Amino acid sequence: MDITFKNVTYIYQRNTPFAHKAIEDLSFHIPSGSFVAIIGHTGSGKSTLIQHLNGMVIPSEGEVTVGDFHLTQGKKPESMKELRSKVGVVFQYPEHQLFEETVGKDIAFGPENFGVPEDEIKRRIQEIIPAVGLPEELLERSPFDLSGGQMRRVAIAGVLAVKPDVLVLDEPTAGLDPRGQKDIMDMFYNLHKEQGLTTVLVTHSMEDAVKYADHVIIMNKGTKYMEGKPEEVFIQKDALNKVQLDVPEMVQFLNLFEAKFGKPIPFERQSIKEIAQSIQGIVKGAAPHE
Amino acid sequence: MRKKIIEFRNVSFRYGDEQPWVLRNVSFDVYEKEWLAIIGHNGSGKSTIAKLMNGLLFPQEGEIIIDGQQVNDESIWSIRRDVGMVFQNPDNQFVGTTVQDDVAFGMENRGIPREEMIKRINETLSAVGMQEYHMTEPHRLSGGQKQRVAIASVLAISPKVLILDEATAMLDPKGRTEIMSTVSEVQDKNDLSLITITHDLHEVVQAERVIVMNNGEIWDEAVPREIFAKKDELRKIGLDVPFVTILADELNAAGINIEREPLNQEELLEGLWTLHSRT
Ligand SMILES: Nc1ncnc2c1ncn2[C@@H]1O[C@H](COP(=O)(O)OP(=O)(O)OP(=O)(O)O)[C@@H](O)[C@H]1O
Ligand SMILES: Nc1ncnc2c1ncn2[C@@H]1O[C@H](COP(=O)(O)OP(=O)(O)O)[C@@H](O)[C@H]1O
Ligand SMILES: [Mg+2]
Ligand SMILES: [Mg+2]
Repeated sequence: MDITFKNVTYIYQRNTPFAHKAIEDLSFHIPSGSFVAIIGHTGSGKSTLIQHLNGMVIPSEGEVTVGDFHLTQGKKPESMKELRSKVGVVFQYPEHQLFEETVGKDIAFGPENFGVPEDEIKRRIQEIIPAVGLPEELLERSPFDLSGGQMRRVAIAGVLAVKPDVLVLDEPTAGLDPRGQKDIMDMFYNLHKEQGLTTVLVTHSMEDAVKYADHVIIMNKGTKYMEGKPEEVFIQKDALNKVQLDVPEMVQFLNLFEAKFGKPIPFERQSIKEIAQSIQGIVKGAAPHE
Repeated sequence: MRKKIIEFRNVSFRYGDEQPWVLRNVSFDVYEKEWLAIIGHNGSGKSTIAKLMNGLLFPQEGEIIIDGQQVNDESIWSIRRDVGMVFQNPDNQFVGTTVQDDVAFGMENRGIPREEMIKRINETLSAVGMQEYHMTEPHRLSGGQKQRVAIASVLAISPKVLILDEATAMLDPKGRTEIMSTVSEVQDKNDLSLITITHDLHEVVQAERVIVMNNGEIWDEAVPREIFAKKDELRKIGLDVPFVTILADELNAAGINIEREPLNQEELLEGLWTLHSRT
């Protein structure tokens, strides 16, 4: 589904002395099927932005369009439930998403709510549990008796069980162990490809943005600061540094390498192995005999 | 020899009689003024260890000694004065109605005079970059802002031991670096023992010592360089090694052997330069 923000402003506690503008005059377009990374310092408005996508918040000004659903002040779509069955959101704090007695019931809640037949739900759970790296024996446990990383996996499973068209992920790997981070991101990416999803990923990991996204939006203080392909955005060190961000570690290293050896290795989203080969060429290349 | 501030002696723990053991025969020491990192896969028992350290949980077997006192019902109040902790989800620990009340709360409990409280509120909120939010209600903060405030609250009580349980996971990378350098300054100034539980490999590199948990048991205990040398084994237990370690490995495969396992980019570049000047 296409996603469009047109001059969107969002104000928390509007018309009170505490009114706080979290997003200001934000416009962008995400074509159906893209994988977009949203990056920005804490408090830059990322979570506020994505809460618009399933109608958790309605723009104070401007318009958000997700597929055929339009969200503007005073005009919520009649079929909010339908919107929520199409847009799955993994929230920043997984604990807030969990509430059932057992992990199994928690994962089943979403699909049940949207009328998915019971045996189909069972089938989906069987498929999802190993995919999110949860041991099967946890299904009968209370979701509140889990470790932080386990809770996050349950929250992710609950969203996937609905089989949404748009997958919205708010820092989904925070709290996961390193292998979990990689496995879960690979899983999202495969789903994205196989099922032609539109994926919106909020992340602090430039590495993940480089690896998975085809488009990046950089937020700063509630506004769009930059937008483009990862390999174009992530070489702009000075511009990124100005807004509390930095280039990916690989780019940092390539910059330092160039400064020391006087020879550039351009960043083209290459693998670490490819970088090692380029370095080998330069470091050993000067060898008089070999 | 350095003084021990925390001792775990053969500690085993489970959350209920019917439940599986989540810690099995865990023994280790934490020394005064050191920075110890605890890493391990999800569910390996890290947060459980943290909760045992300040008496939120008690072990079924073994004993825990903090600054010379065994942790039990009587000692927990004085122990909690010395052990400050920031939880994985800061929502679970906000008590004040404003950010500034929240920072004040821990100090009130410790009977710190008003003048001093005001001074520390200002100092710690500025140190974590949250001064301008001092009148905001905590639930209206973004995830990373909440984590900053939670860290300010615990710094304000100047504990002897500071436990950060994934306390910077929601911060942007710059913010994370800034907060960790603030914490490490406070550590030097106040001779604090710092225990960080983290999945962030950069943070692990900065610690003096690392304990690796696997399935409720201590899998290894060593300096970061030694830990990260065990790449393949670490990967098997759900962990990974930093970018420089992976790059050094790939360089090795490409015929470039850096003598000393590099821990950061500077060390790797130095190693490359040494090789380059020799050829
Ligand atoms: N309140 C609880 N009741 C029952 N079991 C629990 C409870 N809290 C944690 N556990 C279990 O104890 C084990 C260790 O959990 P712990 O929270 O210590 O892990 P952790 O290493 O901190 O993991 P993470 O990296 O995911 O935060 C896990 O198997 C978890 O499911
Ligand atoms: N419920 C709320 N009420 C008032 N202000 C809020 C609320 N949630 C977030 N904010 C504020 O809006 C801004 C953007 O927050 P958020 O979208 O959560 O940022 P991010 O996800 O980029 O860290 C921050 O300044 C934050 O303090
Ligand atoms: Mg957020
Ligand atoms: Mg934990």
